[in-house]
Amino acid sequence: MSDVIVQHISKTYNKGAVKAVTDVSFAVKPGELFGLIGPDGAGKTSLFRVLATLLLPEGGSASLGGFDVVKDYKEIRKRLGYMPGRFSLYQDLTVEENLEFFATVFKTTIKTNYDLIRDIYVQIEPFKTRRAGKLSGGMKQKLALCCALIHRPEILLLDEPTTGVDTVSRKEFWEMLGRLKAEGITILVSTPYMDEATRCERIALMQDGRLLSVETPASIVAQYPGTLYAIRAANMSRLLQDLRKSEMLSSCNAFGEYHHLAFRQDTPEAHASLIRFLEVNTHEGVELKPVEPTIEDCFIRLMQP
Amino acid sequence: MDVVIKTEKLTKRYGDFIAANELTMDVYAGEIFGFLGANGAGKTTAMRMLCGLSLPSSGKATIAGYDIYKETEEIKKHIGYMSQKFSLYEDLTVRENIRFFGGIYGLPVRELKEKSEALLETLGLEKEAKTLVAALPLGWKQKLAFSVAVLHEPKIVFLDEPTGGVDPVTRRQFWDLIYAAADRGITIFVTTHYMDEAEYCNRISMMVDGVIKALDTPANLKKQYNAASMDDVFYELARGAKRKAD
Repeated sequence: MSDVIVQHISKTYNKGAVKAVTDVSFAVKPGELFGLIGPDGAGKTSLFRVLATLLLPEGGSASLGGFDVVKDYKEIRKRLGYMPGRFSLYQDLTVEENLEFFATVFKTTIKTNYDLIRDIYVQIEPFKTRRAGKLSGGMKQKLALCCALIHRPEILLLDEPTTGVDTVSRKEFWEMLGRLKAEGITILVSTPYMDEATRCERIALMQDGRLLSVETPASIVAQYPGTLYAIRAANMSRLLQDLRKSEMLSSCNAFGEYHHLAFRQDTPEAHASLIRFLEVNTHEGVELKPVEPTIEDCFIRLMQP
Repeated sequence: MDVVIKTEKLTKRYGDFIAANELTMDVYAGEIFGFLGANGAGKTTAMRMLCGLSLPSSGKATIAGYDIYKETEEIKKHIGYMSQKFSLYEDLTVRENIRFFGGIYGLPVRELKEKSEALLETLGLEKEAKTLVAALPLGWKQKLAFSVAVLHEPKIVFLDEPTGGVDPVTRRQFWDLIYAAADRGITIFVTTHYMDEAEYCNRISMMVDGVIKALDTPANLKKQYNAASMDDVFYELARGAKRKAD
């Protein structure tokens, strides 16, 4: 099983005008399912391209399974499965032809490694004579994963495999990753969806080219300082506007059914005074209760300078 | 309440394939209406019909009071549209984009000039007026794109996954803009894959395999499906889907 070590990697574009990745360091353990979580423009794809030996870093070094991304790129390419964010298979080859092509390039056969892809491939096999360009999004994603796996890689890099995919397919995809992890494959996966973070053993939160934190999802949540509260009332939009006017709160954000807030000074007096403030502003049905922070709460807090 | 989108058994067929099957709904003025569904459920097909870009195979509909078969040009004038995939011209500056889209939507020159400057100020983009849109951070682009889509004060604005990939702080600022537009009486018709955003909608429709499977407020849907969150409601409705296209 192979590890991934990233040390002080930096990458810029346009002669340094755009800083895509700035001094990023972390290590992925052999066999780990590691998530890189961040919005578009955080630098996830640039970092993945450096690790996939497709871009040269400007500073720092990185290795996969002990091989250096610059010096030993040929060795890495034999051992790495890479699924880019953008669909990159041959549109005018059929499902079967694409898979056979990638197997041949890696000097292997579909038969040799069929056991690894079987669970995924059976779902697209009924369409094996269809051209890849004519597949639906979900099927393209599955084919791309099969092609990335066909040479039985030690390490799998998946760049935003679930972007634009609905909740049901996303759940299925993460279940597939769990099975691949059980095969001993080291998996590095990126996503802009914060709720997927808990599917990973450890995550790196990334924003504007820098890492905000590298931890297990549970310890990121445990490190949230103080208590977070959920609040709701009859008119949620007006509630949010009024809460923002309050001096008592250090943060307040919409979170679906509730708004999440934190007090500057978390005392019973502060709670009572907030409730009074909302009564004065004629809010009805006010409910305030402590709540476990989500990864998104933690991300928002870490984003604030 | 005024009905701004009214459809009755609206259907779109491609050969034997029924992409959208007898869609019936009323959407009210100033409402934030969430249009949800699994990949391949037929959302895009439905949206294209409602925007006057694709003629239905059968059924009836009026959009902002205009007939979906005969008055598609009038429909286009009274709606705004924004998607994550296409929103602004990257190689035009911020100001040029505002002027361009304002012009397309038919705003008179003088009004457009005033509105452009007011918009730059509201968004805090005065300094970036001459910056190419390509150089703006994604979050700013999305906020600008939304503001441009409602610059002509349309009756309805269609938002197709407007917040995909946007950071969590900007995503919330984006919803502030949506609320502000709804308060001005603009109807918001929005698709999203973020289930917390489904909660921000007044009402939600859920499409599965070309059919509207459910249509109600988020609270009622959760009650009806005995679910803790909208995520669970979605899962409950969509997991039986037979179509898995995009």
